[in-house]
Amino acid sequence: MKSHINVRNVVVALVALGLLLLPLYSAVTGNIFILTLFTRIVIFALAAASLNLIMGYGGMMSFGHAAYLGIGGYAVGILAYEGIGSGFIQWPVALAASALYALVIGALSLRTRGVYFIMITLAFAQMAYYIASGLSRYGGDDGLTIYKRSTFGGLIDLSNRVQFYYLCLFCLFGGVYLIWRIINSRFGMVVRGVRSNEQRMQAIGFHANRYRLVCFVISGTICGLAGALLANNTDFISPAGMYWTRSGELMVMVVFGGMGSLFGPVLGTIVFLLLEEVLSQFTEYWALIMGPLLLLIVLFARGGIMGVLGRFSRG
Amino acid sequence: MKKAFWLAGAAVLALAQPASAGDTIKIGFVSTFSGPTAVIGNDMRNSFELALDHLGRKMGGKPVEVIYEDDGQKPDVGKQKTEKLIQSDKVDFIAGYIWSNVLLASLKTAVDSKTFLISANAGPSQLAGELCSPYVFSTSWQNDQTPQAVGTYMNQKGVKSVFLIGPNYAAGKDMLAGVKSTFKGQVVGEEYTVWPSQLDFSAELTKAKNSKAESIFVFYPGAAGVQFLNQYAQAGIKAQIPLYTAFTIDELSLPLQKENALGVPGAQQWVNDLPNAENKKFVEDYRKKFTGLRPTFYGAQSYDAANLINSAVVAVKGDTSKKDEMKAEMEKANFKSVRGPFKYGNNHIPIQNFYLQDVVKDADGQLALKTVATIVKDDQDRFADKCPMKK
Amino acid sequence: MLVLVEQSLNGLQFGLLLFLLAAGLTLVFGIMDFVNLAHGSLYMMGAYFAATFVAWTNSFILGILLALGATLLLGIALEFIALRHLYGRDHLDQVLATFGLILFFNDAVRLIWGPAGLSLPLPAWLTVPVQIVPGVFYPAYRLSIIVVALAVAALLYIVVMRTRIGMLIRAGASNREMIGALGINIKLLFTLVFGLGAALAGLAGLMQAPILTVQIGMGENILILAFVIIVIGGIGSIRGAFMAAIFVGMIDTLGRAFLPDLLRMVLSSAAASTAAPALSSMLIYLLMAIVLVVRPEGLFPAAKR
Repeated sequence: MKSHINVRNVVVALVALGLLLLPLYSAVTGNIFILTLFTRIVIFALAAASLNLIMGYGGMMSFGHAAYLGIGGYAVGILAYEGIGSGFIQWPVALAASALYALVIGALSLRTRGVYFIMITLAFAQMAYYIASGLSRYGGDDGLTIYKRSTFGGLIDLSNRVQFYYLCLFCLFGGVYLIWRIINSRFGMVVRGVRSNEQRMQAIGFHANRYRLVCFVISGTICGLAGALLANNTDFISPAGMYWTRSGELMVMVVFGGMGSLFGPVLGTIVFLLLEEVLSQFTEYWALIMGPLLLLIVLFARGGIMGVLGRFSRG
Repeated sequence: MKKAFWLAGAAVLALAQPASAGDTIKIGFVSTFSGPTAVIGNDMRNSFELALDHLGRKMGGKPVEVIYEDDGQKPDVGKQKTEKLIQSDKVDFIAGYIWSNVLLASLKTAVDSKTFLISANAGPSQLAGELCSPYVFSTSWQNDQTPQAVGTYMNQKGVKSVFLIGPNYAAGKDMLAGVKSTFKGQVVGEEYTVWPSQLDFSAELTKAKNSKAESIFVFYPGAAGVQFLNQYAQAGIKAQIPLYTAFTIDELSLPLQKENALGVPGAQQWVNDLPNAENKKFVEDYRKKFTGLRPTFYGAQSYDAANLINSAVVAVKGDTSKKDEMKAEMEKANFKSVRGPFKYGNNHIPIQNFYLQDVVKDADGQLALKTVATIVKDDQDRFADKCPMKK
Repeated sequence: MLVLVEQSLNGLQFGLLLFLLAAGLTLVFGIMDFVNLAHGSLYMMGAYFAATFVAWTNSFILGILLALGATLLLGIALEFIALRHLYGRDHLDQVLATFGLILFFNDAVRLIWGPAGLSLPLPAWLTVPVQIVPGVFYPAYRLSIIVVALAVAALLYIVVMRTRIGMLIRAGASNREMIGALGINIKLLFTLVFGLGAALAGLAGLMQAPILTVQIGMGENILILAFVIIVIGGIGSIRGAFMAAIFVGMIDTLGRAFLPDLLRMVLSSAAASTAAPALSSMLIYLLMAIVLVVRPEGLFPAAKR
């Protein structure tokens, strides 16, 4: 194994340090918005990281990950609306609901492969979208405003910007750490093995689909956590956030950063959302630049940002 | 890829610029400037800019700076832009908002920070009722008011039965509920279509035709309104069952609807030919400044929003820290609205007239909207008593 | 009874229109193994070209013929410049790249034609309703869509099943390497197929234009439906796409027409009329999920690879 000090690792370390020190910068300059913006970025990075677990390591191209963001969010929103404000209840419910949904649709979807898998996950996510649109008690299409963020018995105050930011960052780092542990465990080896050669793993005696399913559920649960965070961040939840284009954006973030690399999705999310923010400030026609840029990245920068950094590292 | 990194770096720098608290009046304007409905946002921006031109780009002696932000018709994006305007740009006022769901998502941010929000279009029932706020004013209407006026007009015409069609989202349900609350005849059918993805109304039109209703009422804003009228005319129903509309025919959709819209009535609180001096100036100067375009009610409401803000700033001589005085001034609606004079209710929603508008051919053979009659005078929305604020 | 006839015609017309869009998509997907999200953009471009050319030439027929040619050329150019470099790449790369193209096309259209959208008025002889059986009038234009789409389907069937090009196309769908090895000019074949798919998408767009409006983003919602159809029908299978398209068109229309009344029997009227649209739009996805769970390769899978 060669030295750990290479361009890629230095960039990752700098980004992580930057994320940690951001509230300090915000306090010194008085720029509150940068903290608001990065809270959103950190949450989406967690969602992208969860998608990367099944896409990058498990070879399962889910085109319906926005559904978990919605389910996690609606769990928080609906409980808050019904007067249950405690995060100790809201968040476990959000995670359990996402896990249950992932278990059911995973069990059905994993019968298919390839493009069919992409499409069946999309189909289920669209159904979830239409169900949410039909929840007329909870605002239907118009969505539901969350008047009070989750409370944690005085342990942490979610309406304090800095505390909430660090909570999100903690969840992101925790999530990435968990994914790192998973992919390097025996379980993770099997999942990765199934990805590269399913028949061989079956032949050795592994029940490939069970491993896939567990991986699928873990990913959905992590994304459900991101959904609970996002609902608290926007104080609002609506079906619009579950539409298929949101699932597509999550995929873009993962591939942008580098699929199947631990920190790739985090970098991908940061660059993607910042680009969107900045380009839309420069010109209304930002998509005119963003579109071809995506095409060029796919054509010439395989492996996304991490892939490019890796090439720098080598030489 | 390197380029992407430089851009990202530039992004951080751009965002890092501290907001300069100069001696200007800062106004944020959130609307839709991208996607298919950008055409509405453009009209609102044009009208807001025209109003600033007419004000000499100054309010209370101070120069005005407007920051336009695109919500992309998405609630979460609209909320984020609202946060940016309030936290990063530190605006004194925030205006715009086409969509009810974008407004509802952004409302809390504005109210919590005690920034005045002027809705220049969206009017969900919550805003008029339980969510009313001292910091929120409307220069438009509450959703139900316009269809209520249509229902009243149908009574006046002696219509006995109606078939209702509308999109299945909150404003759509508000609209149909609005007609039902005033229409005295029989509602023989009620159909909701999937919004915004359903564009083919053949199934609903067939049902309406076979229901033997005497009339059809629809609410389809924007492109959906064009599609509905096309299909209504092509199906040959136009000759059989008359159509009544709310927010379905306006100056943006008319050039696409063409002859299909001729003779189809609707109700509105503002029509381009309302005979008052402010309106004449607004419409004429708009058509001069933006050649080939005609202002819409969206624009008229945005023009009014700029003048409402101006009245508040003038009253405190540019000292925007005097929020209570500005609120008191705005409650008087002490400016010359292009719809003619109106009052504010306790919930800061206008109490105003609604007019019957019809599509006619004007002198040079162009299709245009024309005021035919006043349907209701000084109409107040029916949620005002749910608002805890008292006059 | 007459209502059922009329609603079935509505469903058939919608299904046939979806078929035109799905046919191009399934050809490209089946033969080049290429996921083209930009197919919806070609549909949009077909409509914009038609609205522009009809206005220029003042002739409906001439205008749409020009628009068809223009969409064909655009498709070929797109394939030549960008997309051919993506064959053989991961599906995900293709999704991403063509997603970028959607963004590009939407904003390019906004830049060229403005955000307001266009309209494509029908000639007078297509606007009258026609009496098909006593008591049932049907819009002439919708009838003409049914006729044109059936003719295209028949033509496509003949080309694919009875001609040399069709033979190559079928061979390509079942074994790509083999026809390359046989010395067929694959590059040319692929370009041709892509152009054909683009023209079909353009045709669907321009035929839909007088009913709907010509506007930015019009391809995106319908694109997802087209994907659902080719997945239900089995990727690469024209026959599957045809059956599935009519199936989906019928279910969607009949669901919207009769579901509210059915629900009213069990639910309160207000609850039924709001639940019905959500439920009927879910029907299609439910159908796809069921098909995939029962037959993971679709109803009519193309020959096994």
